Amino acid sequence: MNIYIQPEYEVVRDRDRCIACRVCERQCANLVHSFDAETGKMQADSSLCVNCHRCVCVCPTHALKIVKSDDTYKINGNWSNQTINEVYRQANSGGVLLSSMGNPKDYPVFWDKMLINASQVTNPPIDPLREPMETQLWLGKRTAKIERDEKGRLKNTLAPQLKLKVPIMFSAMSYGSISYNAHESLARAAEELGTYYNTGEGGLHKDFYKYGKNTIVQVASGRFGVYKDYLDTAAAIEIKMGQGAKPGIGGHLPGAKISADVSETRMIPQGVDAISPAPHHDIYSIEDLRQLVYSLKEATDYKKPVIVKIAAVHNCAAIASGIARSGADIIAIDGYRGGTGAAPTRIRDNVGIPIELALAQVDQRLREEGIRDEVSIVVGGSVRSSADVVKAIALGADACYIGTAALLALGCHLCRTCQTGKCNWGIATQRPDLVKRLNPDLGYKRLVNLVTAWNHEIQEMMGGMGINSVEALRGNRLMLRGIGLTDTELSVLGIKYAGESM
Amino acid sequence: MLMREGQFRNPSGCAITGIIDRSGKRMSGSLMIDSIEVMHDRSNGLGGGFAGYGIYPHYKDFYAFHLFFDRESARSETEAFLGRHFEIAYSSQIQTRKMAAITDEPLIYRYFVTPLSRKLADSHLDEREYVARCANRVNVQINGAYVFSCGKNMGIFKGVGFPEDIGRYYRLDEYEGYAWTCHGRYPTNTPGWWGGAHPFGLLDFSIVHNGEISSYDANRRYIEMFGYKCTLQTDTEVITYIIDYLVRKRGLTLKETAHVIAASFWSTIQDKDETAREQETLLRRMFPSLLITGPFSIILGYTGGLMTLGDRLKLRSLVCAEKGDIAYMASEESAIRKIQPNPDKVYSPAGGEPVIYELYDKESVQ
Repeated sequence: MNIYIQPEYEVVRDRDRCIACRVCERQCANLVHSFDAETGKMQADSSLCVNCHRCVCVCPTHALKIVKSDDTYKINGNWSNQTINEVYRQANSGGVLLSSMGNPKDYPVFWDKMLINASQVTNPPIDPLREPMETQLWLGKRTAKIERDEKGRLKNTLAPQLKLKVPIMFSAMSYGSISYNAHESLARAAEELGTYYNTGEGGLHKDFYKYGKNTIVQVASGRFGVYKDYLDTAAAIEIKMGQGAKPGIGGHLPGAKISADVSETRMIPQGVDAISPAPHHDIYSIEDLRQLVYSLKEATDYKKPVIVKIAAVHNCAAIASGIARSGADIIAIDGYRGGTGAAPTRIRDNVGIPIELALAQVDQRLREEGIRDEVSIVVGGSVRSSADVVKAIALGADACYIGTAALLALGCHLCRTCQTGKCNWGIATQRPDLVKRLNPDLGYKRLVNLVTAWNHEIQEMMGGMGINSVEALRGNRLMLRGIGLTDTELSVLGIKYAGESM
Repeated sequence: MLMREGQFRNPSGCAITGIIDRSGKRMSGSLMIDSIEVMHDRSNGLGGGFAGYGIYPHYKDFYAFHLFFDRESARSETEAFLGRHFEIAYSSQIQTRKMAAITDEPLIYRYFVTPLSRKLADSHLDEREYVARCANRVNVQINGAYVFSCGKNMGIFKGVGFPEDIGRYYRLDEYEGYAWTCHGRYPTNTPGWWGGAHPFGLLDFSIVHNGEISSYDANRRYIEMFGYKCTLQTDTEVITYIIDYLVRKRGLTLKETAHVIAASFWSTIQDKDETAREQETLLRRMFPSLLITGPFSIILGYTGGLMTLGDRLKLRSLVCAEKGDIAYMASEESAIRKIQPNPDKVYSPAGGEPVIYELYDKESVQ
C-alpha cells in the first residue's frame, strides 16, 4: 500500500493568458504539462513538478506560476508536513531519502549576523573608481627562506603558488554530476576571469585540457580519471577528503549517468555505477595523507600546489593543523550549506557545521600554532554574495569557492532535484536534449558577469573600509562586528559585538 | 574609569618631524622642539615625544634603558630584575624641569646596562634578542613599570602634554645627537598614560607615525605569530614590530622592508624594470599580510640613520629637505623652514617611496 502524498507545490496556469503553445510541455523533462486535444487546453500534473521554474521562465505569455500548496495535515509543531511525508515515503519504499544541493534548513546564517566597517574622519574611505583597488592575490605557502644571489638579490625560494585576479574560484563539480556544457562554461569563465575552476572527482574531459592553466583537478577516493596527463595539465591538484554537503560519506553516480563520454573521462565502464568510497582507502590517518600529498608532488615535479579539501566538522581546526603540517599548500574547507549532485537527505541536513565558524576556528588555530603561512585557506559552502566573500576574507580566508552561486548564474533554480538527472536547465544532466539547452557561449558570459559584478562590490566595500588590497583585509577581524549573536558565537568567530568600539 | 593604553585600540592623528646630520656632527635637541612647535595644532596635548641618536657617547656600548614607574615599589622590583640580568654601569633619575603644563608625571629613571655574560650565554640568544626579551618581561610582568627606550647610544623621551612642552620638560636643549625625531599626538581617545606617547621604541629602532592604518588587525594577527604581543594596540607599535621582524629577524634591507609594508600596486610593479619587478613581486608574495594600508607617514630612527616612508596612496603629507650634510623630514614644510629657512632642496617623496638618510660613516657610531 502506497500512501498518496500531496505535492508540495502546485502549477497554476492563468487560463486567460495561456495560448496553448505547448512550449511548457516540450520543455519539461518531468512531463508535468500536457495538451488536452479535446478541450484544446493545457493540463498540469503537479505531482511530477520539481519546481525548477523552467516552464515559468519560458512561457511566452507569463501564464504560469508555481505556488506552495495550501493543503496541509493538521498543524503540528513537532511533526511538520515534510517530516510526515518523509515517513510515508520511506514506509512506501524502504529507501534512504536522497536530495541535492545544499542544506536548506532554517539554521542560522552567520554571514547575515556580521556587519562590515567603514572609514570616516580619522581615516579616509577610498574610491575604487579613482584609485587602484587590488583584489589580486596568490594562494599557497608563504614560508620562504630569505636567500640572496651573488648580487644580493632575493632568490625565489617560494613553493609554487596560484595567482588569482579575483578572490573567487569555482568549486569542484564533476563532469557527470554536471553537464559538458556546464563544464565548458566554467572553464572558459575561469580563463577569462584569471581564476580557476575545479574538475571535481570526475576526471577531465579531453576537450578541456586546453584550459589546464585555469583548472584545478581533483583526486578523490574513487580516483576517477586520475593519470599522469591529468595531473600534468592542471594548475593545481586538490585531494578531496570531504564535502560539506555530505561529510563522512562517499559518492554514488548511478550507472544511468555514465554515458560513453563520462565513461571515457572517468576511466570506468559505461553504464556502471561510479562509487567513491567514504574514506580514501590509502588514508586512514594524517601521516597517510602526507604520503599522498608528496606522491602527487613527486609525480608533478613539485611544480603545482596541492590543495586538501575537507568538510567543516566539529574538529576541523585540529584537522587543519594536521593538514598544514602535511605538506599541503592550500586547505579548502567546505561548509554544511555546500551543494551536491546527490546526498542522503539526513546527512545533508544534519551533519557538519557552518563554514563561518569553521573558518574562524581554523584561521585562529593555525595562527596560534604559528603555521598560518604554511597554507592558504579557501572556503566555500556556501558563499552567496560579494558581502559573504568580504566577511570570509576578514575572518581569515584567502579566497572563496563558489558552486551554487555559479550554477544559479547558469540558470539553476535550486529545485534540489539534481539526483534525478532530468535537469531542465541543462546543468545537472547528461541527456543530450537537455544539455544542449545550456549554451556555453552565453553561460560563460553570465559567470564572468557574476564574478565581475561581485568583484566591483568587493572593491567598493574594501574602499569604504580604507583598504586597498585584499591582502590587508585577510584576517582583519576588527572590520567585522556581530549582530544578534551570543557571547559564545562571538568568541568562536573572534569578533566584537556591533557598537563595541575598536 | 578610563581604560589605560593597551586595553582598547587607540588610533591617532599626529605631527612628525626628524633631522639628521650625515657628517655625524651632533645637534641640540632644541632644534626639534622649535620644529614641532610650529605644528602645534596637529597635536592635542595628549602626547609628545622625541628620540635622539648619538646622545650617550660616553656610554655608547651600553643599552640605555629609560623607564617609567608608577610607584617606588615598581622601581625596586624592576631594579632587582635588571640586577639579575644585567651589569648596571650607571643609573639615575632622568633630570627634568618642573613646569605647569606637565602634570601627573611618573617616576622616570635611566639605566645603562650590559647583559651578564653568563646569563646571556645560558640563554642561547643573540644579545639584542636577549635585551628585547628582558625589556618585554619588565613591561608585561612588573606592574607599574614600563621600559620605553632600550637602545644603545640613543634614547626616547616622551610623555603626556604638547610635544614642545615635553621637550622642555626633559631639558632636551642639554642633549646633543646626530639625529632626532619628534612626535606630537592627536589621539582619538584620552588615556593620559605616559607609556602610550610616542616614539615607540624597540632596541635602537624608534618609530614616529602619523595616520590611522586600516590594515591594523590583519597586521597584528600576523605579527603575533612570531612572538610579538601588541599590548598597546596602537598603529605605531605594530609598525615597529613589523620592521623589527623584517629587518632584524628576517634580514631584509630597509628598502625591501618598504616594498613590503608600502608595496607598489601590482599595476605599478608591472611597469618596472625586470629586476625590480621580480624582487618586488617576490616580496609581496612572501609577506602579503605585512602590507600596511590606510594613511600613514612614519620616520624610523636607527643607529646611523633615518628612514621616512608614506603609504602607497600618499594619504598623509610628508616633506623632505636637504641643506648641506643635514637632511630634514616632517609632516609639514613649515616645520622644516622654521629650523632651516634656506634649504638646498625641498621635495615630497612619492607614496610608498622610502627616503633613507644615513651617516657617511656609519661605523663611527657603532
